[in-house]
Amino acid sequence: MKYFIKKLITLIITLLVISFLSFAAFSVIPGDAALSRLGKDATKEQLLALREEMGLTDPLPERYVRWLKGAVQGDFGESYRYEGITVQSLLEEPLFVTVLLSGIALLMILVFSIPLGIASARFSGKWLDVVTNQISQIIMAVPPFFLGMILTYVFGLTLHLFQPGKFISPRESFWKSVEYLIFPAVAIALPKIAMVVKFLRNSVLAQLSQDYVRTAFSKGNTSSGVLYGHVLKNAMIPVVTFLAMVIAEILAGSIVVEQVFSVPGIGRLLISSILNRDYPVVQAIVLYVTAVVVIINFVVDILYQLLDPRVRSV
Amino acid sequence: MKKKHLLSGVMALLVSVALCACGGDKNAEGTSAGSQAAQSQDTTAEESSNTLSEGTPVPGGSVVFGMTQDLASLDPHIDTDAGTRDVVFNLYEGLVKPASDGSFMPAVASDYTVSDDAKVYTFTLRDGITFHDGTPVTIEDVKYSIDRYAEIQGESSAFSIVSETVIVDDRTLEVHLNESYTELLPMMTVAIIPASNEDPAGNPIGTGPFRYVSYTPGQNIVLEKYDGYWQEGVPSLDRVEFKFIADVDTAFVELQAGTIDIMKYLTAAQAETLGDSYNIYEGSMNLVHAMYLNSSYEPLSKTGVRQALCYGVDRNAINNFLFGGKSHLIGSHMIPAMSVYYEPEAENVYTYDPEKAKELLAEAGYPDGFDLTITVPSSYSQHVDTAQIIADELSQIGVRVTINQVEWSTWLSDVYQGGDFQATVIGFDGTLAPSDWLLKYKTGHAKNFMHYSNTSYDEVFDKAYAAVNQEEKAEYYKEAQMILAEDAAAVYIEDPVNLVAVSKKFGGYTFYPTAAEDMSLLYQVEQQ
Repeated sequence: MKYFIKKLITLIITLLVISFLSFAAFSVIPGDAALSRLGKDATKEQLLALREEMGLTDPLPERYVRWLKGAVQGDFGESYRYEGITVQSLLEEPLFVTVLLSGIALLMILVFSIPLGIASARFSGKWLDVVTNQISQIIMAVPPFFLGMILTYVFGLTLHLFQPGKFISPRESFWKSVEYLIFPAVAIALPKIAMVVKFLRNSVLAQLSQDYVRTAFSKGNTSSGVLYGHVLKNAMIPVVTFLAMVIAEILAGSIVVEQVFSVPGIGRLLISSILNRDYPVVQAIVLYVTAVVVIINFVVDILYQLLDPRVRSV
Repeated sequence: MKKKHLLSGVMALLVSVALCACGGDKNAEGTSAGSQAAQSQDTTAEESSNTLSEGTPVPGGSVVFGMTQDLASLDPHIDTDAGTRDVVFNLYEGLVKPASDGSFMPAVASDYTVSDDAKVYTFTLRDGITFHDGTPVTIEDVKYSIDRYAEIQGESSAFSIVSETVIVDDRTLEVHLNESYTELLPMMTVAIIPASNEDPAGNPIGTGPFRYVSYTPGQNIVLEKYDGYWQEGVPSLDRVEFKFIADVDTAFVELQAGTIDIMKYLTAAQAETLGDSYNIYEGSMNLVHAMYLNSSYEPLSKTGVRQALCYGVDRNAINNFLFGGKSHLIGSHMIPAMSVYYEPEAENVYTYDPEKAKELLAEAGYPDGFDLTITVPSSYSQHVDTAQIIADELSQIGVRVTINQVEWSTWLSDVYQGGDFQATVIGFDGTLAPSDWLLKYKTGHAKNFMHYSNTSYDEVFDKAYAAVNQEEKAEYYKEAQMILAEDAAAVYIEDPVNLVAVSKKFGGYTFYPTAAEDMSLLYQVEQQ
């Protein structure tokens, strides 16, 4: 319990620091939210009036405190870019889409990389291992956005397995929306699968050379028994840490891939909000993403304890 | 905020009926069904688009128009960008509305008269015209709309020339001006909206050919045919979607995939790679694409230096490289489509002559050239590419150019609003009122971000602005353009060509000399 409270306090402090930093960043960089919304033809009066309305004329600490008060109550205010639309309603669907996309990508990573990684280790040096290794090497070198473009051309424009840009909102049809997200998810997942396979393989191989493996064999275990009963549990500890990092990277990757595939997720919203100086939206997205990353780290810590009881005493 | 010159809506009608005949049987009743012949000034554009094969119209159907920007606001009285105006053109109408040839046709008004001194404009409300919610348009709605627009625009805007609006009877409204002004019609395109609507941005109601269905920020806006539209026979399509796409490359992929049916601003290379399931229409972007100079920056304050830059930049090279040589080269701040006011002579003031440029620089006291920073918005590749070509060309006359790429928001606040720059490459759009284009060169004007000042220009501009006689007005505006050209107020380059790809499933795509994507003239074509 004490451990849990400690982690919770860390979470809150992290969120506070991050939110203040992103708040401050926007007051340093050039550009003006009111001007972005009104454009070239705006008159001086219109600009001043809108700045006043948006509260941009107040000093930074005052604005931050006001924002914080709202945020604590779950109220992120109104978008600067879209008049009369609250940040929550603007974020709702994109957030769901991105979570869905990340979820599919994560599922792909787990389903493919763990069996492949174990198989690679088990048949180390055999053709399966060599081929997997080579392919992983190549895929890792390709950035997700480029992979996305290749997938679009091959599967979208040539083979017509999906229609680029024809995303169907999950509100209209959940499964059609999942169907569209498969290829974007592949673009995010492939490089990560390659990494996890390589990581898991090496981790398993490292464990296999440990003394306890010899002991396990001498006790009469089969090679499968040793692998799944003893080695894997130990080999998974660093892999879980790595997976936590991968989840954060999936979020980052989805920002880029969403652009390529025209997926209306928070990645696209984040980029357009930054370009339009729509601070309230950016703040909310940054906060969500930070929270996700911190919470995942927290979950990983718990997982450690399940995998390795020694951590608990530390 | 779409505008323009000629006073005759009837003429527009006649012209478009004539054009209709040569464009085939499209919209039987469409008042301005002039189809592609919009750019009447640009003969090459007209010819090439007239040769396009367009089949027999079939009523109904839906179209997806891809655009790489989101809407600024659906409130028609708030100033927005050209992209937004392109879209809301289908939703809203003013007392008059622009026709594809740049003239004005009556819309919410059925008729109008102008007093001899051009100080009072009298509009007659069209009989039986209704809003999208079915309620009739009243003269109070008209007054409300114009007054609301005036209030939002504020006192420093051009619209402040309107002193008051007076309801004469329930079909007649008089617009009174502070001074004589014959360029009011472009302003009378201000959208007429119901006075009872409390949320014009969230619940857009107008009188246009299409009515609002839904808007999803960052994704799309969907419109449907308005059955009660006052013009018979239009629109032909049942449904229109404007889809917002993150960037040009993604949009192009979606065009090839058939997700979107129309995409504009294609590069020449893109147009060539498209297969034969698309028609390519050639129009113009209606922009004054130029390198604008800050006259308060020391070397650029000298006319000789600015002229040297004009001689040192090869407009043809830019046009060939970026637009396959299809753009219309210009020499002053006006687009060719504004035919009545456009001064073609300005195009020939400078030719590419690096030797002359060097001489002029030496005379002005810069025999070794000088340093110049060109600030360009990074999200617009045509401006960045242009700046790079200019940098290369100017290096040959000794001007050392640094290109500073900034975000659009930064460009707006630093360059445009702050006037803090040396040179910038950008394209300016404008309304159909000639003053809207030329106003920004007036000494001390709020939009004069170039800090340009020339007393003879100011005098000529004021005369043009105040002139009541149409020919006199045009002459003064032409003179003003020549002053800008000869004084080298900026390095004018071109009005870039606008290549629009339209799926062969549709016909009737129409260019306007102002921001308007008129979907009411578009129709579905019978499939073989």
